[in-house]
Amino acid sequence: MIEQQAQDNLPPAQQGLWKVSVSPHIKSGESVEKIMWTVVACLVPPLILSVFVFGIQVLLITAVSVASCMAVEAASQKALGRRVTVKDGSAALTGMLLAFVIPPGVSPLLPVLAAVFAIYIGKHVLGGIGYNFFNPALLGRAFLLASFPVAMTSAWLPPLDSAAIFAYLGTSIDAVSTATPLAVMKEQGMAVFTERFGDGASLYTSFFLGWRPGCIGETSGFLILLGGLYLLYKGYITWHIPVSVLGTIAALTWIFGGDSYFQGDPLLAILTGGALLGAIYMATDYVTSPTNKTSQIAYGIGIGALTVLIRLKGGYPEGICYAILLMNPLSPVFDSWFKQRRFAAAQGGEK
Amino acid sequence: MTTLFTFPKGGVHPPESKKLTADKKIEVLPTPSELEIILGQHIGAPCTPTVARKTEVGEGQMIGEVLKGLGVPVHAPAAGKIKAVSSSAHPLQVKAPSITIAVDAEAQPVVYDRNEWKNEDAKALLEKVKNAGIIGIGGAGFPTHVKLSPPSTAPIDTLVLNGAECEPYITADHRQMVEHADEIIEGSKIILRILGINNCLIGVENNKPDAIAALSKAAEKAAEPEYTIEVRALEVKYPQGSEKQLIHSLTGRKVPGYALPSAVGVVVQNVSTAKTIYDGVTLDKPLYEKVITVSGKGIARPANLLVKVGTRLADIVDFLGGTTPELQKVVLGGPMMGFAVSSLDIPITKTTSSVLFLTEDEIDTTPHSQCIRCGWCLDACPMGLEPKEVGIYVEANRGEDTEQFGIFECFECGSCAYVCPAKRPLVQFVRLAKMKAKRPQ
Repeated sequence: MIEQQAQDNLPPAQQGLWKVSVSPHIKSGESVEKIMWTVVACLVPPLILSVFVFGIQVLLITAVSVASCMAVEAASQKALGRRVTVKDGSAALTGMLLAFVIPPGVSPLLPVLAAVFAIYIGKHVLGGIGYNFFNPALLGRAFLLASFPVAMTSAWLPPLDSAAIFAYLGTSIDAVSTATPLAVMKEQGMAVFTERFGDGASLYTSFFLGWRPGCIGETSGFLILLGGLYLLYKGYITWHIPVSVLGTIAALTWIFGGDSYFQGDPLLAILTGGALLGAIYMATDYVTSPTNKTSQIAYGIGIGALTVLIRLKGGYPEGICYAILLMNPLSPVFDSWFKQRRFAAAQGGEK
Repeated sequence: MTTLFTFPKGGVHPPESKKLTADKKIEVLPTPSELEIILGQHIGAPCTPTVARKTEVGEGQMIGEVLKGLGVPVHAPAAGKIKAVSSSAHPLQVKAPSITIAVDAEAQPVVYDRNEWKNEDAKALLEKVKNAGIIGIGGAGFPTHVKLSPPSTAPIDTLVLNGAECEPYITADHRQMVEHADEIIEGSKIILRILGINNCLIGVENNKPDAIAALSKAAEKAAEPEYTIEVRALEVKYPQGSEKQLIHSLTGRKVPGYALPSAVGVVVQNVSTAKTIYDGVTLDKPLYEKVITVSGKGIARPANLLVKVGTRLADIVDFLGGTTPELQKVVLGGPMMGFAVSSLDIPITKTTSSVLFLTEDEIDTTPHSQCIRCGWCLDACPMGLEPKEVGIYVEANRGEDTEQFGIFECFECGSCAYVCPAKRPLVQFVRLAKMKAKRPQ
């Protein structure tokens, strides 16, 4: 027995045992883990920037969100008797994205509740990674928006002056809360919007760099875009979904978003309301988006159109969250409509 | 810079790992004291032994023949005495019928004289190819004389010689092209004569410039007005050497689904098979030895070897200085499509192209996880299939419903499994699916 154990402890080659498996015997260096943690890393620069915009409590919200998503993932997998894969980074990414789409002034309890809903109900009850048909982070946000509508639509913080990152700690949120640009535009009109946020080039610049009220994920369009370009370069995402989402939002806003046709502001539409974050990081989620390139473009156009529809005619100022959630379950439908072309058809037509 | 020929859709770029042996000349492995010749080396019924125990045989003598159906004979790779007619270890069948020869170490090797083939007609040449026991030695093992007699309903106009050698590590074809370019060119002329056509395209991946140069030079030197032989450089992309992809790369023609290359007027042969055809026709030398690549970090001295068919892996390992302690996996064939084996008693067959001794850092042993639907397998598949769906269906016990994803067009190149970030065994899923689903008629 002891000898047998000693034998088992030897490396396989010394036991005279080799590995056998079905080909291929070599695999690329990519892994789910590497992809997920790379995306998380791409979200760190906008997070750091938002500390200087909204103060140190955004770190607290993000940490709570990431930690609770990972904890819920591990607990769910244990409870359901599955292999615990919390190290693969997908729960961490959900936590990160969740923190990016809720107002920075909310109670830290909210992301905890959202994590339970997003990860347990939205992911593991449906079969775990690969089988969830809604984007978990957005599902968490939708859950909070339905359960805590006041906090979720009012706990916005005005950008800080002169990097006073601890300014909001210990202050009552009601005292400092403000409204997001799109909410101002929707509820108070263009005149108030221009008065509050300026217009022309200075408006675009401040929005592109991130100085305006909003979610963490809405701060800097520039840093969001930069992360997206890196993911494109790595081949982790392709242009199809982001370009079709943003292109549709820009085009439809230009046509319908102004006082008369073709008077809308396409650039502003892209720089506000989390459109960039949604198009680059949310709509491209592998599990809940289509896999064929043609389907991806159709899906992106659908998201863009729904976003503009919600913004212009619906009750919410931002729109992209629900647009993505509404398109998510259609992904397999698109994939069954647009199959990728076979190498060559069978002789005498399809068999 | 000339444009490289390639196929547009799918494919992957695994590390080439060819430097280990690319510049090593073909060495002759001394004939071991015993050879085990497996009787079923080709696609078709196995051979019936024509010799009994204790019979003395000479080098090149036929020792097994096919009595009925598809197949080619096998020959004694060396002179000696039949030790047993029983069975040998086999990578797929575990045990396979075989003939064991105790080699006569004193016997002188046979010297073959060159004969002129140009006066013989196609039928006689085809008979020689069959009698020499020639099969597609690139790996498929399909009897060559059958491939060279396409149905009259499919007129052939082009011969494609496959020198792509797109599998990582393997350099056997590469060395053959560098060292035996003249024979390959003459072999291709023999094939052209058999097929009654005059156009031959040789495709070689661009990572073998010396092979391209050698073949081009040989083709130029042997230029004859009745044959057009052109060497074309291919983009380095796996699976460039797959029959349908290679035909598409070189001729722009697409072989229809479930059809053979003859449907688009093409016959494909491996460059090493062309060399074997040269041996079989001009020298009357049967196919009983094989150039193989022995490589990987798990073997002391990687090499390109000329070995007798029937040589056990153990004899090769001994000759090359043994394995290293880090050895983890032994693979017959390339790392993308080869078979992992668990024993060194397995003998080399006519279709063995390489033996790889791979260490931990060369193979992947990560356990697989659930499909995240990234769609990378769809982009990698050169046949435009949907490997992820096949995997998900097989896991859900619905293998019989997978024909819709084109599994019977899958030739198991492994590109999908190579790129899969969840490390899913997609080739294995496809094989399971093929057992459950019904092939379309």
